[in-house]
Amino acid sequence: MLVAGIKSRPVYGGLNIETHAKRHLFVLEGEGALALIDQVKAAGPDFLKHADILYVVSGSAAHEHDKALAKLGADTLWVAPTIPVLLNRLNVMLGQAKMGTHIYLSGTEGFMGQAQQVAMNHGVDPASLHTEHRGSTARRVQCVHCKGITDNVTTSPYTCSHCGLSLLVRDHYSRRLGAFQGVCIDAEEPGTAPKPEELFP
Amino acid sequence: MNLTFKNETFRDDYTFRNSPESIRRFPFPFNEDKYMYSVNMEPHVPAGPAGHAYNKPIDVDEHYVAEMRDRALVLKEDPLRYQALPHMMAAQWDTLELLMEAQAEGYPELFTLEKNGDQWRWINRPLGIDQTFTFGDASTLPMEPLEYITRQAQGDFVIVDQRDGQLWCDAGMVTTQADWSLDFDIGMNFHEWHGPVPLAHEIGVFDRALKFLLNLQQGKPVRRLNWTMTINPRLDTSPENYHKWGPDRATVTPENVGNKVHLRCELQTLWRLPRSNAILFVIRCYLIKMEELVTVPKWARRFHRVLRDLPPQLVDYKGLTRYRPTTIEWLAKFDDGQPTSPGIYPD
Repeated sequence: MLVAGIKSRPVYGGLNIETHAKRHLFVLEGEGALALIDQVKAAGPDFLKHADILYVVSGSAAHEHDKALAKLGADTLWVAPTIPVLLNRLNVMLGQAKMGTHIYLSGTEGFMGQAQQVAMNHGVDPASLHTEHRGSTARRVQCVHCKGITDNVTTSPYTCSHCGLSLLVRDHYSRRLGAFQGVCIDAEEPGTAPKPEELFP
Repeated sequence: MNLTFKNETFRDDYTFRNSPESIRRFPFPFNEDKYMYSVNMEPHVPAGPAGHAYNKPIDVDEHYVAEMRDRALVLKEDPLRYQALPHMMAAQWDTLELLMEAQAEGYPELFTLEKNGDQWRWINRPLGIDQTFTFGDASTLPMEPLEYITRQAQGDFVIVDQRDGQLWCDAGMVTTQADWSLDFDIGMNFHEWHGPVPLAHEIGVFDRALKFLLNLQQGKPVRRLNWTMTINPRLDTSPENYHKWGPDRATVTPENVGNKVHLRCELQTLWRLPRSNAILFVIRCYLIKMEELVTVPKWARRFHRVLRDLPPQLVDYKGLTRYRPTTIEWLAKFDDGQPTSPGIYPD
């Protein structure tokens, strides 16, 4: 479970299949595959006839979730080599998507944040997305100083991969950026940053 | 009213000072000897003794020209301090109209607004501007209307869109902020962008404030005061530049408290806009040095007590931890234990 009580963080309410939808678009990463598989177990496989699946394996290659997804027999399944490549295809597909398409996101928070950004750029209301967090609690963080984004941050503080400042990961999340905020932790006395603690495994 | 604009800086050599008149007009944010968050909103109607910051709907003071110069410097370094989402254009024009009208009505010797249908002429004498433009046609101004007018008005400005029973931070000019980032927060709703504030959510402050603001009416602006403290008279205490101004907090000594430590007050006013139904949120920052503050004995006594008894979470959130003890000790000399009169104005 993610830490509760962060007011700006989205609530991930679960994939919850809208069985009457005309079309289902699943955008999944890593262990997010399991969120869809669990839905098939609960709701039956009928909706898969009208479903497109975009999947990126990320860090979970050893579990072969891509094979399990292939066995579901959805209308289409496409496995992307990397997240940016998946987001590109999502962008094109949303440009051509019809009314009545429901969008489902599952995987790490950073992945869902980026997919949500793509959807928002197409005018999709974020509240209409079906989302379920699966996998690591690692955070995607924006350095407030240089604006550089670092993916898969598991510690606080962490060292900004762009400007090198030691950053405290604040519990403040921007949906527009799909990222948490990182703020210099030793600004007042440079050189006094505490050791990084593994907070987001 | 006879304003002489000061040639002063809010960075580098920090020559900012308040004149004696400017001290007396300071919007002191404590109406009693203790402080906790509250929905402390009241109608924004002219109030206070002659010359007070509450006298005019949009206040222009002796720091106007220097503050506009500092804003231009901030924007040159970081243009992301001004942003507006595309659906906010009607609200941008609403804001331009409100600020031009309020400044021209409040200070006719400084500003003139002539309207002939949608052909407008705006004269800003302190900044040497004479601009003719077509109201509603952004191509007739040198930049977007919100950026144009907020480069000519003191304070930070956020335009809040109202939809789905929520308020959304969808446009703003933010260069004199107490440590929050427009670039990060733009597009957030009312609860999200106040997310990091401690305690206030739990006591229901934001729920009540939201309910109140959703019903804000045109022509009935409201105001509240907020505060923090700043080392050196720096307007741009942004998170973006925290690594540059943060070290100042470790430089306070018993010898330099009076000059270095400032009470930073925000006069926040909220205005319903007529065409867009958005809300203009003005966050006007006033700075006062400890040595200026203690020239008003009531404020010296009261601020000593407020700072001494502040809840620990607020000390931390407002970033006062390092220099608070030194400041309390220095202020104690000016607190003889006498009772203070109610209200915020000087005796």
